[in-house]
Amino acid sequence: MIRYLAKRFGYYAALLLVAVFLAYALSASALGPRSYFEAKQPRPSAASVDRQLTALNLNDHTPVVERFGTWAKDLVLHGDLGRTIHDTSVNDDFGRRVWVSLRLLLIGSVLGMVLGVAGGAWSAVRQYKISDRALTLFSFVLLSTPVFLLALLLKNGAIAAKDATGQEVIPFTGYETPGLAGGIGAHLADWSLHLLLPTLSLALGGLALYSRYQRGTMLDVLGSDYLRTAEAKGLTRNQALIKHGLRTAIIPMSTMFAYSFLGIFTGAAFTETIFGWHGMGEWFIQAINEQDVNSVVAVNLFAAVVVLASGFLADVLTAALDPRVRT
Amino acid sequence: MTTLITEATLPAAEAPAPGGRLRLVLSRLTAAKGVLVGGTIVLLLFLLAFGGPFITHWDYATPDYSALRQPPSGTHWFGTNGLGQDVFAQTVRGLQKSLIIGLLVALFSTVVASLVGACAGYFGGWIDRGLTFLVDLLLVFPSFLIITIISPKLKGAGWIAFVVLLAAFNWMITARVIRSMTRSLREREFVRAAQFMGVHPLRIIVRHILPNVASFLITDATVAVGGAVMSETALSYFGFGVRAPDVSLGTLLAAGTDQAPVFPWLFYFAAGLLVLFVLAINLIGDGLRDALDPTTEAARPARTSRSSK
Repeated sequence: MIRYLAKRFGYYAALLLVAVFLAYALSASALGPRSYFEAKQPRPSAASVDRQLTALNLNDHTPVVERFGTWAKDLVLHGDLGRTIHDTSVNDDFGRRVWVSLRLLLIGSVLGMVLGVAGGAWSAVRQYKISDRALTLFSFVLLSTPVFLLALLLKNGAIAAKDATGQEVIPFTGYETPGLAGGIGAHLADWSLHLLLPTLSLALGGLALYSRYQRGTMLDVLGSDYLRTAEAKGLTRNQALIKHGLRTAIIPMSTMFAYSFLGIFTGAAFTETIFGWHGMGEWFIQAINEQDVNSVVAVNLFAAVVVLASGFLADVLTAALDPRVRT
Repeated sequence: MTTLITEATLPAAEAPAPGGRLRLVLSRLTAAKGVLVGGTIVLLLFLLAFGGPFITHWDYATPDYSALRQPPSGTHWFGTNGLGQDVFAQTVRGLQKSLIIGLLVALFSTVVASLVGACAGYFGGWIDRGLTFLVDLLLVFPSFLIITIISPKLKGAGWIAFVVLLAAFNWMITARVIRSMTRSLREREFVRAAQFMGVHPLRIIVRHILPNVASFLITDATVAVGGAVMSETALSYFGFGVRAPDVSLGTLLAAGTDQAPVFPWLFYFAAGLLVLFVLAINLIGDGLRDALDPTTEAARPARTSRSSK
């Protein structure tokens, strides 16, 4: 098992290296920081633009490979992600925003996963009953709603509730009430209320997607001989289902988790922008519009690490559940 | 279990009559209510998208200054926006663009996915390793990030460039599935026979491999249309897709968002049509999967026992 995981880890590390280089090369050549400086009023001289660009390691007259080398050296030796286009530290922005995004990503995806697996398995056991049909219809409608639209609908609902009652029932901007007084309890309650709508817009999509697949894999397992054997040995139906059925039915799902994380990441970027969270997604869209290469690369690096980490976790989960993979 | 039985008895019962499989698929399709309902909705939406401009005399761009932000009425069926433009004409036009983009993206990405997947699975070795690495590499980043970085470069190139860009980052997962299906097909007798007869590998892929994965490809392409429409609207919503003067459902949603609580007709017609279309597509896809995919989990044991006879 350790050898298998070590091999996967090495593969992911190689992927990460190539991917980060490509992301750097792409951002550095597609975005034009030079035009950002040239558009300043009063217009700076060409020499001064060049000087500023070189100081920020953004000068497009330096070969991309050389710029990447400088950037990578700083990152590896000092953990420094470079300077933003406003000559502030990318690390500062990164450190502030990463927790905002991770909070949303982790809670949203784990909640979607757990609810989806549970809902799908439950639905499979009750195949063709009213509850199964209701969940199927519900997930079909959710699967057909893009995340940004779902987020907008939730937000519009919250606005309508505010207009109807005259006060903000469920907050729909930001991740905390600015200047809130009170102890840690009041802050926690405030945070979770702010988390509610953005997390829902992520988790509901996950719930719909996973429950469809889990229902399918669970149905394949339900008629199997080993489940009947387990019951014949004296386990109750529910014990057999959970110990032998669910375990087997989750294995194909673990790869699914890894792939769908791409979608969840994208969804989180939209959700952040819509609910006014100052996270990585909002930063990314802002950085593109400002031609801020180093910030764009930092977000890409974060995305790649998160995606590959979830891929690796999926491998660990598969190896833990499926004894055939371990050798 | 039922699928297993039909698959196993199918060749004996129906193989002699040509078109037997087609008839079987058709009868299963008409039995699936989802396909019927979904197909009808998609058909109606296409009629609306392409016939709509002819049944209203309003143009999507020309403003009517006598009616600013009017609610739906007899003259303006879906109301008007702040500039006095007819929302029905705009919605129909946006729907048209979104549908075309969705269809083209699904077509392109399915072609790329089937070729890359079949080549990787058929040739194996270094070609396989290289293509798999490429697929994994493209999967490291959420495609949204890459499309967003590139799209400002394509400002002048119009929506066709956007279609190519969407398709370029939409084929990887399908390709992985095709690859693993091809790897098991490669060992089958008819492929072996073709190899021993000296048929060119690319010809084998086109003649023998791809027809055998066609049912998966059809289902996947159907669902991909819905996915592509969702990506298109999302990217256009954030200003990285279709741009003015073109309209799509995404740009309409972006324009209507802020006014949605007060002027709902600017937002909910486009939103409703978007969800309705993707929902109909998903219903069709689900029905197609049940009706014509012989490679579902339940059918696999039947296949292996047949080939070992």
